[in-house]
Amino acid sequence: MKLSDVKDILDAEVIVGEENLDMEVKTAFGADLMSDVLAFAKSGSLLLTGLTNTQVIRTANVLDIAAIILVRAKQPSSETIALARELKIPILTTKYILFETAGRLYAKGIVGCLPKVENTSGRT
Amino acid sequence: MKIEDLVQALQLEVKCGKDYLNREVTGGYTGDLLSDVMGNAREGYIWITRQVHQNIVAVASLKELAGIILINSCQPAPDTLEKAEAEKIPVMVSGLPAFEISGQIYNLLTLAG
Amino acid sequence: MRKELSDACQKLKIPVGEPNQNLYNGSFTIEGGNFNCAGIVSTSIKSILQKLGIPGDLVRKAAIVSYEAEINVVSYAKKAVVNLMVVPGSVNIEVIDEGPGIPNIELAMQEGWSTADQRIREMGFGAGMGLCNIKNYSDEFHISSEIGKGTHLKMIIQTP
Repeated sequence: MKLSDVKDILDAEVIVGEENLDMEVKTAFGADLMSDVLAFAKSGSLLLTGLTNTQVIRTANVLDIAAIILVRAKQPSSETIALARELKIPILTTKYILFETAGRLYAKGIVGCLPKVENTSGRT
Repeated sequence: MKIEDLVQALQLEVKCGKDYLNREVTGGYTGDLLSDVMGNAREGYIWITRQVHQNIVAVASLKELAGIILINSCQPAPDTLEKAEAEKIPVMVSGLPAFEISGQIYNLLTLAG
Repeated sequence: MRKELSDACQKLKIPVGEPNQNLYNGSFTIEGGNFNCAGIVSTSIKSILQKLGIPGDLVRKAAIVSYEAEINVVSYAKKAVVNLMVVPGSVNIEVIDEGPGIPNIELAMQEGWSTADQRIREMGFGAGMGLCNIKNYSDEFHISSEIGKGTHLKMIIQTP
């Protein structure tokens, strides 16, 4: 689907990247811990998170994340917005909680960017 | 929808609290920031997180959550399980990431009405 | 001579006549404790590697390892020097910090082990995954540390 469809499904507000709404997205990753994002998220995915600091943008940039969806009506700081503009990473914000956001996108066909984390390393 | 229905549908590994799986799940909350869960999760919600330390049990108990599902194959710390058993909080583990499992549970809850 | 050079270049997959095009050698500094600047060095490294024509997935690996290392420096050390050296066949990133050092490297390498404070956790880090992520995304990873002096990381990403 297009980022504009994501916007409609989530009744989201576009904070950065109004010009990128025709971008195609298929997959998503949701997390509040950036190291989890770095460990598992794949390029081209949507990143769903409740964090709003500049490290979210840095993390998205490092991984070539397609767009950031802030949940729970979170508003990013002006530093975060400026960095997102500079690095050309769209930010949308939705009033839904992460569970609801993931559920609504999943129901419309967005899939997780990885199917499963194997329990090989005894992750804690 | 009860916790045991989720356990079966999603093949969750039950780590503790086997006696409380008949609890009703009224909704879901996904998040790794404890203060956020404290502020926003509601009674009867199933909590989906990758946090494993024993503070998650205190949060779940205070907010009267139905149970905790640890994602990404994260394993609970031993004292987390001890505390969860004492506080009667079921703890389950799944290999799915947050997005996927939230989506599946959301669908199940929506279908169940 | 020209022919030999051209053969050698072809073998190493360096564009003929421009033997230095794929090479980069530079240094950056990271200031400890400055959370607002965390990520600037890895963003620079990413754009340098992109300009050198390194494939996207390898650029991402290099950016991830340098970013996690940068977060570690900002979180724990006084300052650090990052050396980036790109040679045909590999991207080499070295992070040499002045800081408290790591008392038990084996323990620090265990996923989930962390000494992070609340400030680091609020940024979305400090879950004890940084060094694991660095190791997992590097083709070669070396770590050494001296208490009271600092920690030295070396990451190598192989390139075609």
